[in-house]
Amino acid sequence: MLKDSIVGFWHILRAMGLTLRYFFSKPVTVQYPEEPVKLYPRFRGRHELRRYTEGPYEGLERCIGCALCAAYCPTQCIYVQAGENKDGVQRSPGERYAEIYEINLLRCMFCGYCEEACPTGAIVLHREFALADYSRESLLYTQEQLLQPAEPHAIILDDGQ
Amino acid sequence: MDWVADFWIPVIKAVVVVVALLLGGAYMTWGERKLCARFQVRYGPNRAGPFGILQPLADAVKAIFKEEIIPSQVDRVLYVMGPGISFAAVLITFAVIPFGPAVSLFGQRVGLWIGDVSVGLLFLLAIAGLGSYGIVLGGWSSNNKYSLLGALRAAAQMISYELPLGIALLSVVLIVGSLNLNRIVEFQGGWPLIALQPLGFLLFLIAILAESNRSPFDLPETENELVSGFMTEYGGIKFALYFIAEYTAMVVNSAIVATVFLGGWKWPAFLSDLHPLVGVGLFLAKVLFVLFLFVWIRASVPRVRYDKFMRFCWKFMVPLAFANLAVTAVVVALL
Repeated sequence: MLKDSIVGFWHILRAMGLTLRYFFSKPVTVQYPEEPVKLYPRFRGRHELRRYTEGPYEGLERCIGCALCAAYCPTQCIYVQAGENKDGVQRSPGERYAEIYEINLLRCMFCGYCEEACPTGAIVLHREFALADYSRESLLYTQEQLLQPAEPHAIILDDGQ
Repeated sequence: MDWVADFWIPVIKAVVVVVALLLGGAYMTWGERKLCARFQVRYGPNRAGPFGILQPLADAVKAIFKEEIIPSQVDRVLYVMGPGISFAAVLITFAVIPFGPAVSLFGQRVGLWIGDVSVGLLFLLAIAGLGSYGIVLGGWSSNNKYSLLGALRAAAQMISYELPLGIALLSVVLIVGSLNLNRIVEFQGGWPLIALQPLGFLLFLIAILAESNRSPFDLPETENELVSGFMTEYGGIKFALYFIAEYTAMVVNSAIVATVFLGGWKWPAFLSDLHPLVGVGLFLAKVLFVLFLFVWIRASVPRVRYDKFMRFCWKFMVPLAFANLAVTAVVVALL
């Protein structure tokens, strides 16, 4: 009994020493809105639709309305309706473009299969993660919203870090 | 009757002390959250004002504006009285604790204590026992099984810790030869009693942890067994009253530890002789140190099981306290 008590007392002292060491270390909390959060380079955030930024198609949408992403999507949260590119109005390089492109982010599980399926690299899961909103309707993202690039308050870590 | 000396000065002292204790209790909630957070490598509350120092204010406003709910099955009178009893007992306890020497203020001799009671220690023990009634009555009157279990535990726990608590204090009384807290503080001019009574201090500290219902002995609450223990059915300002009573009790109990074992405002004498305010500062510093110790222990030690606490109190602390008392008695008799 006495030996147990002394051992127990010693253990409590050691525990208190350990906590005291943590007491003097810097908090790991990231004060998010003021401080940037750390993101890994392959982080999958909200979808973005991309345009060509250089070359002969500069400024055109990459999406050709093939709907492979919608076909591949496990939760069927993507809706694509393709339209024909008429002479003079060229929205994408090929024959067709996405007339309607909608993603229901309430259903999306951010698996990234759409990104894998896309033959032109039009859809990417980029870094935006602050997606809270007040209504269901506002989380049904339209093509115009998806074409807007968004950059969250974040530090992107290097590969291998 | 001298109105100034016999009425106004005690009243003013009492008001000042009550306000200071209320503030201390309120800020103890902030301090504990802040310190606990740092022990867990977090920041703690930091949104309400710089460093979150307005957090107690925000909490108070929230508690006051909450809907007053009295469940239908409770014993209304005792249910409402419970938090009040706890809180009043805590405030009364501080009445005998000297927090400074006697000073001259506006031509009046003012002792920096409220009551110079000749049996101060006895008073402390009596009122500390009263505090448990608030918990027991509140838990019982809630008419809820978790509350009742919490109340039962509070009652059983009180019986267990009061014994080593009292015996540890008895050794102090043997050495000092007085139950008066002023005399006990005056005695510690050269050495604090912790140097003469290290074992007594340890026993007393453990017992006082149980007395303030602090982790690792927060058995009346045990939120992961009894929801919230005796205060499960309480909400709004009544819950806040229990809460602040608990934290004010921490402050008061730290003051008791500082007074009885760490030399109160007196030790070290060469500092407290300089100016009365230095003595008050020493007292405050010791209280803060003990409070830090309370939070530190909470952050380090897991809660003990109920039956093990009982066993620990009765089979370990009580015999040890008696042995300490016997040794002290023999040494005091020989010298």
